[in-house]
Amino acid sequence: MSTTNTTRADLTVDAGTTSLLRFATAGSVDDGKSTLVGRLLHDSKSVLADQLEAVEHASRKRGQEAPDLALLTDGLRAEREQGITIDVAYRYFATPRRRFILADTPGHVQYTRNMVTGASTAELAVVLVDARNGVVEQTRRHAAVAALLRVPHVVLAVNKMDLVDYQESVFAAIAEEFTAYAGSLGVPEITAIPISALAGDNVVSPSAHMDWYGGPTVLEHLETVPVVADPSDDPARFPVQYVIRPQTAEHPDYRGYAGQIASGVLRVGDAVTVLPSGRTSTVEGIDTLGQSVDVAWAPQSVTLRLADDIDVSRGDLIAPAAAAPSVTQDVEATVCHVADRPLAVGQRVLLKHTTRTVKAIVKEIPSRLTLDDLSQHPAPGELVANDIGRIVVRTAAPLALDAYADSRRTGSFLLIDPSDGTTLTAGMAGTAFTEATADPAPEGATDDEGWDF
Amino acid sequence: MTTVASLSEELDNNPYALSHLDALESEAVHIFREVAGEFERPVILFSGGKDSIVMLHLALKAFAPAPVPFALLHVDTGHNFPEVLDYRDRTVARHGLRLHVASVQDFIDRGELRERPDGTRNPLQTVPLLDAIEKNHFDAVFGGGRRDEEKARAKERVFSLRDEFGGWDPRRQRPELWQLYNGRHSPGEHVRVFPLSNWTELDVWQYIAREKIELPAIYYAHEREVFARSGMWLAPGEWGGPKDGERLEVRQVRYRTVGDMSCTGAVESDANTIEAVIAEIAASRLTERGATRADDKLSEAAMEDRKREGYF
Repeated sequence: MSTTNTTRADLTVDAGTTSLLRFATAGSVDDGKSTLVGRLLHDSKSVLADQLEAVEHASRKRGQEAPDLALLTDGLRAEREQGITIDVAYRYFATPRRRFILADTPGHVQYTRNMVTGASTAELAVVLVDARNGVVEQTRRHAAVAALLRVPHVVLAVNKMDLVDYQESVFAAIAEEFTAYAGSLGVPEITAIPISALAGDNVVSPSAHMDWYGGPTVLEHLETVPVVADPSDDPARFPVQYVIRPQTAEHPDYRGYAGQIASGVLRVGDAVTVLPSGRTSTVEGIDTLGQSVDVAWAPQSVTLRLADDIDVSRGDLIAPAAAAPSVTQDVEATVCHVADRPLAVGQRVLLKHTTRTVKAIVKEIPSRLTLDDLSQHPAPGELVANDIGRIVVRTAAPLALDAYADSRRTGSFLLIDPSDGTTLTAGMAGTAFTEATADPAPEGATDDEGWDF
Repeated sequence: MTTVASLSEELDNNPYALSHLDALESEAVHIFREVAGEFERPVILFSGGKDSIVMLHLALKAFAPAPVPFALLHVDTGHNFPEVLDYRDRTVARHGLRLHVASVQDFIDRGELRERPDGTRNPLQTVPLLDAIEKNHFDAVFGGGRRDEEKARAKERVFSLRDEFGGWDPRRQRPELWQLYNGRHSPGEHVRVFPLSNWTELDVWQYIAREKIELPAIYYAHEREVFARSGMWLAPGEWGGPKDGERLEVRQVRYRTVGDMSCTGAVESDANTIEAVIAEIAASRLTERGATRADDKLSEAAMEDRKREGYF
């Protein structure tokens, strides 16, 4: 296997100045996903000798000659026995420029919930296609999940280029078809890369077989894609997690609101509103972990002090007075049903949104969606595991909810079964996919709201 | 080919960029505060090992200037490094913490646990741990486990529900989306919480260096009498070593992990500063568990099996 000129030893240099990228991969074994992941880990020297030895040993026991790199990520006995990935596996690797958290998710339709889970925290998604097959149903489903979860960056890795003689025309046709499709769903940035995970072309090192390609390798792109959009573009959102009141001799009157800034930037002196009560105050102080600062931004964990002694507790949202979200008890959302038991109209649930959990009733399930072709199925009555659909929920108490399109953090929620705490459904408030598209309704759409199925 | 450009280029160009340590720290603090907000009786598992020391450091930062609103629980195998016990007691005193100790030795003395033929007590920790959780009604139990440690742990949730037997069923885990952690549980069940899930061994050491966190001295190179067993350097002790044919010798060693003396191996090293330790880890070709933990070498699914039974 080829190697780079980086070593783990380089990683120690300036530890404080590397950034963190969370990304997800979607695809099946047939697409070469495990080979791609294995190569990224191996070529970035993140697989250590004892791990490789264990994989080689296990591969031999199964009668395979070459080490099966899928065994690196398939951590459960059932996965190894069945030779399939069942659950999201998190893998960690680093180059001198970046630390990576990879959510490796299985690609088949019965594991849509795993893909959705992996994409929910990802800033980038790698969608794999086999160059011989091009864009297939599964590819469209992966693109739809990335669009639905609003993953900011998508990489199309056109794999097995070695099996199509490294032809530019094959790559170009696939890249064009995928870019048009994913773009129509609202994926803001798509980077197509021709690779051979098996031969190592354009994964870590540039390919010697594709002179016609001038773009980055997969790893180069992962290392250079911007991790954070400018948070000053977004209105600040601060869900209160916990009230810190030491009541000690040293700090008799300290009262701080602990939380992680979900979006935007907060400054001392900002006029803020506390929701849902609507009370207003001013940011008097911001304590980061150990020191006071004048400004803090997402996703920092901080403690806010307000100028006025008003009632604030866990579950409240602190937002700029001039840009506060609306407060509502009626939630319309696109959801992915993740539990084995179904979700039905009339069901009583708990809704967990940021740090607030409230009672709720499922009022309507207007439609279910097939991600392969975006066809709709009106009034399905219930949603079962791995279904994507629209729901309407009425909550017992008001929520300060953003549209998921505006804020992944404050536009998302869970539905929970109150009887035993099972996580039922993952919800994204507001309109699915992008509202920006002016295209006519897609095939199968039954109303005039474009992608809002 | 990877180009090693200015490492801080990205951070210089974007005033809002966070380093990976800042991002991991913020995530862990968020997890601690979620537990404080949603549970009645949380407890931090504290062994005096580096991961539990980092956990405690993060908890102290998360609630400052108030004290940490959790007690500590040490599952004591009875085979402790004296330096580590000393560190534990000093730390508890300095921060005014409450310490619970669940003693494997007590269970053996009462005949409720039986010593294993190999003398290893790591697998024996599960019963005293579950007993302490039940007796003290702990509903959230913080562990220092990291997903990079072991492949069964790579599948573990940040909030991991345990049934009334303390068992982990990997096939019935709750999907964990966004930063929404679901800690709902029924009476008798509890939730294991892993704030360091996304940290690697190197992150932990870099964070210890950045925050200037004191560690027990055995993490740094020192001369010690050791003997070789199963390819590891073990320290002698009442637990049962060395046996016939095993010869004691003095070596310059340090520990990469700290656990039960009977199955925690030392690595030969002359790294006596944190910088030297980080350089050594970055260049290492073995994982910390592969290098120093006999209990994980038992089988491909050793960790998964122990976790199913209720282990950390």
